[in-house]
Amino acid sequence: MTDSVQEWEVVIGLEVHCELNTASKLFCGCANVFGDEPNTNICPTCLGLPGSLPVVNEAAVTKAMTLGRALGCTVSNSIFARKNYFYPDMPKDYQVTQYEEPTNSDGELALGDGSIVQIERAHIEEDTGKTTHVGGDGRIHGAGHSLVDYNRAGVPLVEIVSRPVIRSARQAKTYVEELRAVVLAIDVSDARMDQGSMRVDANVSVRPVGSDELRTRSEVKNINSLRSLGLAIEYETRRHIDLYEAGESPLQQTRHWDEAAGRTRDGRSKEDADDYRYFAEPDLVPLEPTQAQIAAIDESLPPSPALRRTRLAEAVGVDPADVAIVVMRGQDQLALDAVGIGADGAKTLARIENELAVEDWSAITADALADVVTRETTGKLSATQAKHVIAGLVEAGGTVDEVVATLGIASVDSGELVGMLDALIEQHEDEWARLADGDRKLQGFFVGQIMQLTNGQADGKIVQTLIAERLR
Amino acid sequence: MQLMSERITRDEVAHVADLARLALSSDELDRFTTQLSDVLEHAADVEALDLSDVEPMAHPLPLVNVLRPDAIVRSVDRDAVLAEAPDVEEDQFRVPTILGDQP
Ligand SMILES: [Zn+2]
Repeated sequence: MTDSVQEWEVVIGLEVHCELNTASKLFCGCANVFGDEPNTNICPTCLGLPGSLPVVNEAAVTKAMTLGRALGCTVSNSIFARKNYFYPDMPKDYQVTQYEEPTNSDGELALGDGSIVQIERAHIEEDTGKTTHVGGDGRIHGAGHSLVDYNRAGVPLVEIVSRPVIRSARQAKTYVEELRAVVLAIDVSDARMDQGSMRVDANVSVRPVGSDELRTRSEVKNINSLRSLGLAIEYETRRHIDLYEAGESPLQQTRHWDEAAGRTRDGRSKEDADDYRYFAEPDLVPLEPTQAQIAAIDESLPPSPALRRTRLAEAVGVDPADVAIVVMRGQDQLALDAVGIGADGAKTLARIENELAVEDWSAITADALADVVTRETTGKLSATQAKHVIAGLVEAGGTVDEVVATLGIASVDSGELVGMLDALIEQHEDEWARLADGDRKLQGFFVGQIMQLTNGQADGKIVQTLIAERLR
Repeated sequence: MQLMSERITRDEVAHVADLARLALSSDELDRFTTQLSDVLEHAADVEALDLSDVEPMAHPLPLVNVLRPDAIVRSVDRDAVLAEAPDVEEDQFRVPTILGDQP
């Protein structure tokens, strides 16, 4: 082995499809609902019947522009185009999308890890119908047929296309998480990967470290979770490196993530953009938002997750990356309020991160949280007790005193413990003398006695400190 | 050489026909190559004009922002639509096995 080993780096661009949470579809009045009976939300327009005409949903355009502005994009005049292809998921045999002049372009997203991902465009398009393959003998290539449900055909979505600047599976996942947080914060989509309202395709290639070339990429589809996104990118990265190291090259193609097998599989060779024969949609006129409209959208935007991280990190005195989870869960205001009341920042953050990792934490108030944290930091509650009290507050709400009473936690403060220790020293003079002479085993005896007297409610650390103080 | 037109080749016509899932006979390919070539010749006449001082138009009508409110409007009945379909199963359109992948 005299050859130096070639080091590779992965180059990732993501295409994230977000279905907009409008009441009706993009070009017709059919309901935009997930999970309805098949083909109940259909009409001549989304079925592509002759004589029907699309009319753009105003709310879809506003939501799309809101998403664009939240991602720092320039909002421009835009036109729709037909992307022609033959597949029964679109009854018209074309999908209406934006091609040459998208609504949103040139944005960026600041991630929790401190990195920034540039966004090329975020265009509006209609979703396709849902096809289900019914295999004749259960084999993919066996005889069979497909069933088509057009409820989803025409649902508005925004496709957010990042530039190929993502450098690891981990960063890709962080990017999608951040995008999801933004989308939820501005309420333009429910962004559920499990229901397909947020879908991610990953363009993956590799290149020698230090090079800035863009090599042949594969586009991985059918990724249904963040976990799969990471696994698919890692698998595809390895596959490309193996091909190059064997003296071969990957093909430019679409590949499918096979969740059960944990690998990607060959798909169709990627068609050239020319093959889609894009042309301006003659049934729709251009969108030309006014400056006033864009200004109103900017005005309506809530603080971005990046800004919220900085705000909380400054209040607590930690790095923004350390508060990413709390901000992602939307618990930053709770933390800020509790710290504002006077609770210790680091302890508040730790308790929220560890004890509020639950679906519904709405019952706990900032006052109660601040109270619990302060009782813990001043020794009135042990760490274990504090966790129990927080669990009780999440469960039933109320004040700390109420939860303490309900849980039967004796309020054991240091003063009471000092009294107990004094009494014990009197009762067990010999043992105390031996401990003072250096027989450390006897410390356990005294701690155990106090624990018995307090039904285990005393904080062991505090008891040890008290004993050490008396021995000095 | 009528078949080897300058504007479009017979192979390009075959490719476009394939994308549109049209099965053309050899005679049809020849005929449509000539016809499409004539169409492109006409387009070239327009391209030859000096239009540098004409604003590009995305649409022939002077309209922008034609929008509708986000309201649900119930439309056709499912059974009436499915009754028109060549084949139906479980309230869905039944189609032959799809060859190739979804774009
Ligand atoms: Zn419809």
